[in-house]
Amino acid sequence: MPAVRGEGMRGLAVFISDIRNCKSKEAEVKRINKELANIRSKFKGDKTLDGYQKKKYVCKLLFIFLLGHDIDFGHMEAVNLLSSNRYTEKQIGYLFISVLVNENSDMMRLVTENLKTDLSSRNPININLALHCIANIGSKAMAEALGGEIPKLLVSSETIDQVKQSSSLCLLRLYRTSPEAIPKGDWQNRVIHLLNDQHMGVVTAASSLIHDLALTSTDDYKLAVGLSVSRLSRIVTSSYTDLQDYTYYFVPAPWLAVKLLRLLQLFPPPDDPAVRGRLNECLETILNKAQEPPKSKKVQHSNSKNAVLFEAINLIIHHDSEPNLLVRACNQLGQFLQHRETNLRYLALESMCHLASSEFSREAVKKHLETVVNALKTERDVSVRQRAVDLLYAMCDKSNADEIVGEMLDYLETADYSIREEMVLKVAILSEKFAVDYTWYVDTILNLIRIAGDYVSEEVWYRVIQIVINREDVQGYAAKTVFEALQAPACHENMVKVGGYILGEFGNLIAGDPRSNPLVQFNLLHSKFHLCSASTRGLLLSTYIKFINLFPEIKPTIQEVLKNDNQLRNADAELQQRAVEYLKLSVISSADILATVLEEMPPFPERESSLLAKLKKKTGEAAGTNDEKEAGKEKKEKKAQPLPAAIEINNVGESSTDEVAAAPPSLSMDLLGLDTTPASQPTVTSLFETPAVPAVNNVGLFTNPPPAANGGLLDVFDPSPVASDTGALTPGAEENFKKFICKNNGVLFENDLLQIGVKGEYRTNLGRLGLFYGNKTSFQFSNFSSTVSCPAELQPLLKITAEPVGSVVEAGAQVQQMVQLECVQEFEEAPILHVKFSTSANQEEAERSGSGWGSGGTGTMQFINLKLPVMISNFFSGAAMTSDEFFTRWKQLSLPQQEAQNIFQATTSMDTEADKSKLVGFGLTLLTDVDPNPDNFVGAGIIHTQEAKIGCLLRLEPSKNAKMYRLTLRTSKQLVSKRLCELLSSQF
Amino acid sequence: MMQFMLLFSRQGKLRLQKWYVAHQDKAKKKITRELISTVLARKPKMCNFLEWRDLKIVYKRYASLYFCCAIEESDNELLTLEIIHRYVELLDKYFGSVCELDIIFNFEKAYFMLDELMIGGEIQETSKKHVLKAIQAQDLLQEDEHFSGSKKFFLDSSS
Repeated sequence: MPAVRGEGMRGLAVFISDIRNCKSKEAEVKRINKELANIRSKFKGDKTLDGYQKKKYVCKLLFIFLLGHDIDFGHMEAVNLLSSNRYTEKQIGYLFISVLVNENSDMMRLVTENLKTDLSSRNPININLALHCIANIGSKAMAEALGGEIPKLLVSSETIDQVKQSSSLCLLRLYRTSPEAIPKGDWQNRVIHLLNDQHMGVVTAASSLIHDLALTSTDDYKLAVGLSVSRLSRIVTSSYTDLQDYTYYFVPAPWLAVKLLRLLQLFPPPDDPAVRGRLNECLETILNKAQEPPKSKKVQHSNSKNAVLFEAINLIIHHDSEPNLLVRACNQLGQFLQHRETNLRYLALESMCHLASSEFSREAVKKHLETVVNALKTERDVSVRQRAVDLLYAMCDKSNADEIVGEMLDYLETADYSIREEMVLKVAILSEKFAVDYTWYVDTILNLIRIAGDYVSEEVWYRVIQIVINREDVQGYAAKTVFEALQAPACHENMVKVGGYILGEFGNLIAGDPRSNPLVQFNLLHSKFHLCSASTRGLLLSTYIKFINLFPEIKPTIQEVLKNDNQLRNADAELQQRAVEYLKLSVISSADILATVLEEMPPFPERESSLLAKLKKKTGEAAGTNDEKEAGKEKKEKKAQPLPAAIEINNVGESSTDEVAAAPPSLSMDLLGLDTTPASQPTVTSLFETPAVPAVNNVGLFTNPPPAANGGLLDVFDPSPVASDTGALTPGAEENFKKFICKNNGVLFENDLLQIGVKGEYRTNLGRLGLFYGNKTSFQFSNFSSTVSCPAELQPLLKITAEPVGSVVEAGAQVQQMVQLECVQEFEEAPILHVKFSTSANQEEAERSGSGWGSGGTGTMQFINLKLPVMISNFFSGAAMTSDEFFTRWKQLSLPQQEAQNIFQATTSMDTEADKSKLVGFGLTLLTDVDPNPDNFVGAGIIHTQEAKIGCLLRLEPSKNAKMYRLTLRTSKQLVSKRLCELLSSQF
Repeated sequence: MMQFMLLFSRQGKLRLQKWYVAHQDKAKKKITRELISTVLARKPKMCNFLEWRDLKIVYKRYASLYFCCAIEESDNELLTLEIIHRYVELLDKYFGSVCELDIIFNFEKAYFMLDELMIGGEIQETSKKHVLKAIQAQDLLQEDEHFSGSKKFFLDSSS
């Protein structure tokens, strides 16, 4: 047993040895249980337990907890230790509380009392103990109870240095948890001056605090710029002996230097030329020092020196205004790219990504292409290779796209599984963005599918189809190329999908060649049919019906295939339905109708590539990317965004364009669609609202869920044999959901049988919905049930509990159901309300209602599926602020992904008062006198989730002449900006 | 800021955990398991940084112990390595060539020392001298207590 320092606890040491000597897990558990029983009996029975013993037992409990066992007692004894007048007992008490006591525990009130006592103690060592404990717990309650005390301590002239250090960081922790709990005041100004403090430790701690305080109100902390620069200047010019113990392996105060450099990254380059000059000198000195021979061979020396260097480079990139420094930074990083230290190569690759987005250093970065490609091929560590991929992506432009895409494709064949999908996306994006010649683009994507078909996500192949459809010049080439690619004996299913779709649309362009005449095309596709999954087969069936239209000469062959029992009686309802409907369509409709129904796809309205969105999402959740890096990329991407030529925006101003942006594939739903997302329904309908097909109800033909298809084509055949709930939304659900975006109460659903009303109340991240089900008929509903389900993605984000309801609703009666909500994290989707009941109404009644359909008779089961009007904006609370505050925050949220904007046609009369009440109903506080144009609306609010408070800023600019609105949302979360923008856009 | 620091052995046994951001116990266990297995699977020459969820992991091995920190996107990786090193130096100085056993048997001291070095996930005091002085002051108080304690014992038994 090693010696125990200080006055150790013998009993504890013996116990730890015992545990270590246990031969098996079972023995350990046994020993622990024995000890727990012992401690429990001591705590219960032995009233004479002295402080030392309590301390020892509490310490043992702590040890047991840290081994991974649950501890459910001893808390009270630990709290008792806090009021001991012996330091070590107090210390152990605080340690136990910090590690083990839940912040919501009842014990916390007692703990807070003790903390207050210790904070006002005369002995600084007790004060520090309390500060450490507060910082360790750092809960909201703690911030509210003690947030007022700490600033006083921090700026008091009587406070000793050590306490100043602890209190700045303690305050920082509380401020992070709950900024509103910290009272504003004079202390804020005085804190800035701590940057001038004599004691380096105080400056280090204070600079962290100032950084976070300044984060939300840079204007109030401008003074910090000058002070930081002069402090930094003193550090970088000092020799390593000047700072004594704050010199770390011959590097003067690396921690403080890095903190100051980070603080400066919150601000634009200094206005004052003298300060600016001094700062540039500092940065140059840091760059110069990197070239000097090392003062020590120790890795600690180079690490801390380079830590400062990288932070200086970050600042240079942030300012993005000194070409000379940017190029020097780039050259320095270039050296690191070939350094023998893996860490430096990794960081250099990462940092260069940021440099690539600056116009000043872009060319300098490109010079390193070969080295980076080499890194991709030779690095042994996948995380370094990942960085190389990122850099290649960032440095790619028209001049080197060919080479970079080629190299990435090459590498893809052997790439690690973990990064393949992301690489595929990147290749797809680059080849689209920098395509001079779209045949090259088509070739690249097909190669991508060939090499890494499994990693080609839906978005990638949707995208290639969108582009081919929008670009007439490439359609013939695409048809020819996919036809060739499909010749391969084993080709990836994604290839079949792309091939099937493209030949269905443009097969006619290559049909003149006898080697690819209609029948050859059909046979080729059909040879893959049986190997494919149901969704692909569905797609191919759509291609076949298109072929009937394009090539009437092979109609009989195709009809044979459709007639085959494998199709007509397929167990998969979707395939069966398609076969039946397509067959019927081909038989009963004239060539004209067929041609209209199956007309070539109209061009897709161009919006942000879904691939970019996907990449952002991926990198966002998986591989934490640097905001700035992404921001840089996006800046470029935005410029390159609009695809030239051949784009007709066919339904501007309709709400469906939004959905296209959100789910690009939905436009291709007409014949592709196995997609049953609700969003696609209105799109389909609007697309086909052409007068061409009055005879058939296109909804029945083109959407999956049978309940939506009341009547229509299905009526041609027998009534469908099964009445079941497919879980699809009841028609009108989407529209009704939208009614609740700017209000909390209203009617969610109504037909002849049932009315569903909603009343919502929200407070911070909690909410309660009252659902009222009114039976409008003169008969009873039986087997009534209403449940709420969340789509899988939503489940972790929103906690929702619906209390059960009785199974009978009497005629004319109303029942109520309460639903409790808790928003854990920002979310997009809505929970689904499933209502079902049987009526004894006759069939006529049920049919009139529109929602009921089925085989008739009594006891018809009704299924209603609705989107529950719960959205992220419900958890809004308004926030008032001044014009200055608003603009400061607005500027801080300037990264492209923090902003969502939509320009759209007004669908209302653009009445100012009505608009105002909508915005207020949405949950924002409207700010007057902020926007220079009085017609514009500006608002602010906070979204509360369990995990965070998300500040939201809004600007709505109506243009009455053009009958358009421009809506801009800025929040710190991309998803929130996007979702709020989507929601609100539908309301004007 | 640093979100948490974990110390674990080559065998994957957790020796010390310090969380600067609140998590449920269950989440802590999950994170710990995940990171221990990720880090142990890495080869010696690999770089000391990796991306994990939306955080950066910085780890380093000292003898049989791994020190593993999770920092945020804007934090400096190299300097985090040096925070680890400074902590190791402090432990070493205090225990006199520290080994894993010292940390097992004196885990509370290891916590106290970390609290002097960092608070709320930010570095508090980078000077080795200052930190050690603070810890010595604590030990001194302890010895005082010991002394006054035994004196009391003496008085009690004599009466």
